Amino acid sequence: MKVLLRNPKREVEVDGPITVHALLQRLEVSPETVLVIVGDELVTHDRKLPDDASVEIRPVISGGEAQPTIEGGDAP
Amino acid sequence: MKCRVCKGPAVIDVRRHNAAFCNEHFVRHCDEQVRRAIHSHRMLEPGERVLVAVSGGKDSLALWDILVRLGYEADGLYLGLGIGEYSDESGAYTREFAAQLGRPLLEVDLAADQGYTIPEAATATRRAPCGSCGLSKRHLFNSTAIEHGYDVVATGHNLDDEAAVLLGNVLRWDTGYLGRQHPVLPAAPGFVRKVKPLVRLGERETAAYCVLQGIDYQVEECPMAAGNRHLGYKEVLNALEDRSPGSKAAFLFGFLERGHERFAGDAEHERDELGECTVCGAPTPGDVCAFCRLRAKTGAIELPEPTLRQVG
Repeated sequence: MKVLLRNPKREVEVDGPITVHALLQRLEVSPETVLVIVGDELVTHDRKLPDDASVEIRPVISGGEAQPTIEGGDAP
Repeated sequence: MKCRVCKGPAVIDVRRHNAAFCNEHFVRHCDEQVRRAIHSHRMLEPGERVLVAVSGGKDSLALWDILVRLGYEADGLYLGLGIGEYSDESGAYTREFAAQLGRPLLEVDLAADQGYTIPEAATATRRAPCGSCGLSKRHLFNSTAIEHGYDVVATGHNLDDEAAVLLGNVLRWDTGYLGRQHPVLPAAPGFVRKVKPLVRLGERETAAYCVLQGIDYQVEECPMAAGNRHLGYKEVLNALEDRSPGSKAAFLFGFLERGHERFAGDAEHERDELGECTVCGAPTPGDVCAFCRLRAKTGAIELPEPTLRQVG
């Protein structure tokens, strides 16, 4: 199956059928940090994916907030 | 997996709650978490005008959608940061969603309205861009809300964001920041109230909410945030969460319920004792606020010569 990964955007081939849980383990991706989308549908970790599935592993982590000071800003 | 509520096929599992949900009941779960956060921290009163700080990302768009569906009079504010293609795309997602929602969207463009961009600010200050970005956002969200008569600014900070900030503050034992870390910052002279209604939802939940509600959002990470310290804290917390689901929530909510008030003391009154910036009038402990000092560093404005104090 084709698996789309992001940050950086890339595509890898993985043999199926395989559960979402096992797929994330094989790719060493923490389940807490992604959504798994098949077609345009969200799937849970116990779902078995067929070999012809087209899968997106979408990261959900966004970052970068500096700490506010009392006046609402960091002194540059 | 089956939906905890209706036993139909689940689309998302939330390990922290040891539960899975179908589409309909997951959306209800998100609504309920936001409603609980708003009520338990007394964030919003009926009839108040809310300005939602929207970036085009999953959190702020989910927040705006939920607040409007819960019946709040919530408009959006988008800040154009000038981070190349990333900002162009983020702006497009935001405008498209505002049109879909049918609510007004205010826009402030850093380059056109303030004379600098975030990459320029990072170069001028020789510091990580996230510092200038956060400073610009906080100043302009507040000043725009005041200018347009909003009662409160709502931001999309979620449980993961707040837990990561808390971890950073605890690692440094930064008692000042610990005293100020709360989902509600009350209004004070020169400040509108600021609230974080997503504090009970993790970022995996806000992303799932957007996918399930058909909300297109900016999936790519900000190119300027890569490798920053905040992301490192999230990585550590997610490793803990993998082994022990519920750790992040216990860490953050335990602090808010039992730790925060021990640090709140001095932080409570410090915002009442600020003077006015001699350039823009914003509250500041010095003569010129951090935002105007930043604009001066980028060359966007010139600061007045310090006034000589007459002696004798």
